[in-house]
Amino acid sequence: MALKLSDLKTSAHNDWCPGCGDFGILNAVQMALAEMNADPSGTVVVSGVGCSGKAPHFIKTYGVHTLHGRAVPFATGIKLANPNLNVIIEGGDGDGMGIGAGHFVNSGRRNIDMLYIIHDNEVYGLTKGQASPTLGLGKKTKSLPLPNINQAINPIMLAVAAGYTWVARGYSYDVRHLKDLIIKGIRHKGYAFLDVLQPCPTYNDILTKEYWAGEGNLDASGRPQPRTYKLEENGYDGIVHSDDEAEIEKKVQQAILKSFEFGDHTPIGVFYQNEFVPTYEERLTGRSPSYKTNPPASQEIAKPDGTPLTNIDKLLDELRVS
Amino acid sequence: MKRDDFSWMIGGVQGSGVDTSAIVFSKAAASGGLYVFGKREYYSNIKGEHSYFQVRVSKDLIRSHVDTVDMLATFEEETIFRHALEVRSEGAIIYDPDQDTKRLDTIPTIEANVKATLTAELSKAGLSADVKGVIELARRRGVHIYPVPYNDLLKEVGTKHGETSLSTLQRMLNVMAVASSFALLSYDQELVKDAVRKQFKSKPKVAEMNADAVGAAYGFMGQKYAGSFAYKLSPVKADGTRLFVRGNSMVAMAKELAGCRLQTYYPITPASDESEYLEAHSEMQLDGAASQGEPRLAEAAAMKGKGAIAVVQSEDEIAAVTMAIGGGIAGVRSSTSTSGPGFSLMAEGLGYAGMNEVPVVVTLYSRGGPSTGLPTRHEQGDLRFALHAGHGEFPRLVLASGDLEEAFYDTVRAFNYSEKYQTPVIHMVDKALANSDGTIPMLDVKRVKIDRGALLREIKDVTNGEFKRFKHVESGISPRAPVGTKGGVYWLTGDEHDEVGHISEDPVNRDYMMEKRMGKMELAAKEIPISDRANFFGPEKADVTVVSWGSTKGAILDAMEWLKSDGITVNFLQIRLVNPFPTEYVTALLSKAKKVVGIEMNYSGQLIGIVRERTCIPVEQMVIKYNGRPMSSEEIYDAIKMIHEGKAPKRMVLKRGA
Ligand SMILES: Cc1ncc(C[n+]2csc(CCOP(=O)(O)OP(=O)(O)O)c2C)c(N)n1
Ligand code: SF4
Ligand SMILES: [Mg+2]
Repeated sequence: MALKLSDLKTSAHNDWCPGCGDFGILNAVQMALAEMNADPSGTVVVSGVGCSGKAPHFIKTYGVHTLHGRAVPFATGIKLANPNLNVIIEGGDGDGMGIGAGHFVNSGRRNIDMLYIIHDNEVYGLTKGQASPTLGLGKKTKSLPLPNINQAINPIMLAVAAGYTWVARGYSYDVRHLKDLIIKGIRHKGYAFLDVLQPCPTYNDILTKEYWAGEGNLDASGRPQPRTYKLEENGYDGIVHSDDEAEIEKKVQQAILKSFEFGDHTPIGVFYQNEFVPTYEERLTGRSPSYKTNPPASQEIAKPDGTPLTNIDKLLDELRVS
Repeated sequence: MKRDDFSWMIGGVQGSGVDTSAIVFSKAAASGGLYVFGKREYYSNIKGEHSYFQVRVSKDLIRSHVDTVDMLATFEEETIFRHALEVRSEGAIIYDPDQDTKRLDTIPTIEANVKATLTAELSKAGLSADVKGVIELARRRGVHIYPVPYNDLLKEVGTKHGETSLSTLQRMLNVMAVASSFALLSYDQELVKDAVRKQFKSKPKVAEMNADAVGAAYGFMGQKYAGSFAYKLSPVKADGTRLFVRGNSMVAMAKELAGCRLQTYYPITPASDESEYLEAHSEMQLDGAASQGEPRLAEAAAMKGKGAIAVVQSEDEIAAVTMAIGGGIAGVRSSTSTSGPGFSLMAEGLGYAGMNEVPVVVTLYSRGGPSTGLPTRHEQGDLRFALHAGHGEFPRLVLASGDLEEAFYDTVRAFNYSEKYQTPVIHMVDKALANSDGTIPMLDVKRVKIDRGALLREIKDVTNGEFKRFKHVESGISPRAPVGTKGGVYWLTGDEHDEVGHISEDPVNRDYMMEKRMGKMELAAKEIPISDRANFFGPEKADVTVVSWGSTKGAILDAMEWLKSDGITVNFLQIRLVNPFPTEYVTALLSKAKKVVGIEMNYSGQLIGIVRERTCIPVEQMVIKYNGRPMSSEEIYDAIKMIHEGKAPKRMVLKRGA
């Protein structure tokens, strides 16, 4: 039975502001899951805290709305306990690159097979519009009393540097393109990062829907030029095609260089993809061969009468002195 | 007080094999049927600082260390300076006479105040501040001195094995010191050689050379000092199978047995040894049908009877606890192990597990705090924090183990409680326990039962595809289907939530959910038998009633026996489940007691405060200690004696230990 879009909607009241870019991301996630005919009870959406963090409540799969900044480690525990689950992480830019920055970077070193979507609105939405780690130095969004005193993080560069094996950017009002990216990110074998440009009409009066549509960015004939363009339509190939160090280095450098483009000419699409890196699940299997076939969540640990199934006789033998 | 045991000490520079020598000594003694208790003391340092190991052996059951040193085995000068004057009169010091000229003022790792005190003492006796001087002072105090020319003996062994490098040979100094000790005690040489061979079993050549070093030491000691030391150590017949274990690995083994399949950790002393043990043994043997459902892959058949525990070294303790909670959410018994600084970072995560009724076990190895504190030393300063860590109110069980065996069985109970009551369990073990070695009777694995509580394997009861994870039920414990269970979905959130887990700020729902969660503690208090919540030792009526918790147990029990032979009767109430607190039981016991003494390893008497809070009974007499060194049985004996004689201050602070 094919999964319909309506099957993925919940009865929870959605309290995002009208016109919020989060709606586009929500639709794209639901469309992607419907198109993939995902099993809702085999899918878990794990989120942090923020406006973005509420997303799981609107998606009818398992939803785990965690703590501010901690979506990634919660998701890590869920996935490693049950590697057969499809785990999607959704969080804010503050959540992932401010309070959760340590997890953002270190999870890149593991390459667990999950997709991490960041709702990048350059503000702390839920706490009323303070500057987030992706807001540029000197920018003054609506609710800031003074221009931003910190420099911005470049999420794409950071993700590539940290070791994510699939790095992409989408735009929340290009829902179809975003949906395709989400499907690719889920299908990617390894850790995928998707930065989504997400207008926050309530607090970010700089990166608005109109801004991305090209307001004030006129071509010679006076027509507004959209500020995003698609990498794949411009001959950019971010995919590592062979397990060759020189090739990998070239593609990493290319992605990092590309990540500097932002503003009037902002690339969306896949910056980097490398499927030659072993996943963390494979690495664990290397250490304990039964991990793959008999992962934690599949293991029976006791007989029905409560007798443990783990046999520790060998361990005890090592300790015997008489 | 008459001690019928033997207390041996070895010291040396950290990284020079002090640990190995203590293990060899202990195992040689234990395999001769003797009881052993070993205590390790070390600096927060990897190489260069001083560390020492004290091993107590006896033919009768012992559970603690003593302050008295009967024999000090040394192979370098710092140990002589630091410990020679701790050796009792009629005791023994084994040392290398080549060290005689080493001067105290040239040793950078000895603290200035220690140097000053020792120098003054030596000069008062008209002795020089060098090894010769200290050895002479010890001799004048009645200690027997046994010079052993290690290097000559080592060279002999080297010749036999074609090894000419003195620095390679000197790696056997520690074994030489052990063997010389046993030789003086006229202990069976073969047991020592066996222990050495086992210790180096992965390197057969090294093992043989070390065994010959044992022979050389026995040969020299026999020729030179035969019969000169009065105390003899002889093997006895052990009553049944015994194990020689360390605290950390007891917890690790029990985690595997309990079915823990996800362990996360961020390195910290004294907790990480446990995780490293699990990492080293991450592929496990499973009895019977190992996998539920269909084997997914062809290799599954080959893996039958095998199971893996995923051990993850996280980026910090926030990640460690939240990953473990993630494992709990997915239905896997999960835990993390840490010490004070790491536990401080886990507070918010604990609240999430409480709020979402997720089972998770945190093993908390307390050490000296606050802040970085005394990273490698002992303290019981985290009891209050374990009870209250996290904002808001949520249920948690706090379990404190008193000895090596309890650490094993309590680990399994911690997982059972966490699944039965669907909430975090904090299992407190402390540095003294983690780093103690001891002989214990063979563990009774058959005693262990796994209780997974209201765990569902499939979801049948859904409305509109949604499962009520927080369904209203009389007991407050809703059936729990892990995330990923087929048949329905639900949500979790740190926000207050309704029955399916969606955010709700409704006041009526809030009251219900608070009462549901907190009510689980009342249920736990009713259901868990008192025998699992407290231990009571000694006669019903006694001159003194001791209340304590955690690793002071062994020292208290050992002291009780000496006090008994002095005619002072003592009984002892050990609190094992600090939350939910066994209020009625403790109230009944303490209100009948003649004189109550609270004993614990912290400044403020944390358990004493909790007893007062829960029972309204003030414990007027406290015996506390916070210098980072565990209480010895002798200290407790002396303290209770003073209290009994009415000579003790109300707040008695113990000070011993180096
Ligand atoms: C530990 C902690 N500190 C602070 C907060 C308050 N807080 C809630 S949401 C938020 C920021 C959200 O910003 P972002 O992650 O960018 O998400 P957005 O709302 O923009 O989607 C903060 C600081 C919190 N919930 N927890
Ligand atoms: S504050 Fe901004 S991000 Fe939050 S819901 Fe409103 S528009 Fe969206
Ligand atoms: Mg934001």
